[in-house]
Amino acid sequence: MKYWVKKELKPPHGKVYIIEDRCKGCGFCIEFCPQQVLQESEEFNSRGYHPPKLVENDKKCIGCSFCSLVCPEFAIYIEKEEENED
Amino acid sequence: MEIEGEHHPLDEYLRADRIPHIWCPGCGLGTVLNGFLHALEETDIDLKNLAIVSGIGCTGRIAGYINVDSYHTTHGRAIPFATGLKLANPKLKVVVISGDGDLFAIGGNHFIHAARRNIDMTVICVNNYNYGMTGGQLGPTTPLESKTTTTPYGNIEHPFNLCHVAHASGAVYVARWTALHARRMKDSIKEALNKKGFSFVEIIASCPTTYGRRNKMPTGLDTMKYYKEKSVIKHGIEPEKADIEIGGEIIVGKFVDIEKPTFNEEVEKLIRRFHK
Ligand SMILES: Cc1ncc(C[n+]2csc(CCOP(=O)(O)OP(=O)(O)O)c2C)c(N)n1
Ligand code: SF4
Ligand code: SF4
Ligand code: SF4
Ligand SMILES: [Mg+2]
Repeated sequence: MKYWVKKELKPPHGKVYIIEDRCKGCGFCIEFCPQQVLQESEEFNSRGYHPPKLVENDKKCIGCSFCSLVCPEFAIYIEKEEENED
Repeated sequence: MEIEGEHHPLDEYLRADRIPHIWCPGCGLGTVLNGFLHALEETDIDLKNLAIVSGIGCTGRIAGYINVDSYHTTHGRAIPFATGLKLANPKLKVVVISGDGDLFAIGGNHFIHAARRNIDMTVICVNNYNYGMTGGQLGPTTPLESKTTTTPYGNIEHPFNLCHVAHASGAVYVARWTALHARRMKDSIKEALNKKGFSFVEIIASCPTTYGRRNKMPTGLDTMKYYKEKSVIKHGIEPEKADIEIGGEIIVGKFVDIEKPTFNEEVEKLIRRFHK
C-alpha cells in the first residue's frame, strides 16, 4: 500500500532586475504585478523617468515574469529561484 | 531587493545598440516586440532561417530592432515582399509585423490575396486604431465615434474587424489579443509561428500620443486599464461576432485554427504532376 507523503510546498520566488536607464516610466509593471511588489521610485533615471523599485514590506516576488513580459522597454527581468532557502 | 540589471535575457535577439527604441512612453509596440521575442525564444526556429518584414509606420520600425534578417519595406508592401521571399526560398520562415494602416489600408489587397492563396507566413498586425506615425489620422480600424486628427467630430466610417477579414479571406489561424494579455499574446504568436499556412495575430495596443489622448486615455496605462476592464476571452467564436466598438467588450482569443494546403505545396503538387 502506498501513502501520500505530504510535502511542504514552498512558494516560488523571483529576483527582480531593473535596467533603470532603459525605463520610460509607463507604470505597466507596477500596475499589473499580481503581488504588488513594485512601486515608482522617487529617483530619476538618466532620461528623467521614475523607474520602478521594490516595495518595502513583506510582499514577495513570486517570479511569474509578467513584469518582464509586459515591459515595452526591456528594462525589467526576473531570475527564478528554484529553492526557497528560509 | 531589486538588483541593478545590466544584460536583459532578450538582448541577444535585439539590436541592443538601438535600444532605447524610438517609441513613446506607454506605447504598446515595445510590449508586442517583447512578446514576439519571447515567443521566438520558445520555438525551434533557426534564426539564420528567419526573415522579418515590416511596412511603414511606428509598427513598421519593429523589424529594425530584431537581430535577424529584416526588411523595412515601402508602405503597404510588406506582404508582397514577404511573398517573394517565401516563393524564392520556400525553406525560409517568413514573418510580417506591421500596423493597421499599413496592412489594411494601403496594403489591404495584398493581405486578402496572401490569405486567399494560403501563403505560408505569419502576419502580426498591431492595431492601435490610427496612423500613429503621421500624427493620428483615421485608419481602417478606427472605431466609430473615435476622435482623430481627421475626424475631429467623431469617426463616421465603419471600421474593419481584422479577424473577420482574415477569416473571410482564408487564413488558417486567426487570433486576437491586447497588449495587456502579454502571456497569451506570446503563446498565440508561438502557435502562429509553428502553424503551416497563412496565420494571423491581431494585437490591440496603446498609442497614447496620437490616439489615446484624443480619446480620454492620455497614457498607455489608461489604455491598458481599459483593456483589463473591457476584454473578454471567447475562444472559437465566429470572428464576425467580434466587432470592436468604443466602450464595448473587446473580444479576444483564438478564433480560427484549421488545416489547408499552402500555396507552395500546391506548386510542388503541380510540378510533380507534369514531371513524372
Ligand atoms: C506611399 C506612402 N503613402 C503614405 C505614407 C505616409 N505614411 C507613413 S506611415 C503611414 C500610416 C501608418 O499607420 P499604421 O500602419 O497603422 O502604423 P502606426 O504608425 O499606427 O503603427 C502613412 C500613411 C508613406 N510613407 N508612403
Ligand atoms: S515576476 Fe511577477 S511577482 Fe515578481 S515582480 Fe514581476 S510581476 Fe511581480
Ligand atoms: S514596464 Fe518597463 S518601462 Fe514601464 S515602468 Fe516598468 S520597467 Fe519602466
Ligand atoms: S505615435 Fe503612437 S504608435 Fe507611434 S510610437 Fe508614439 S505611441 Fe507608439
Ligand atoms: Mg496604426
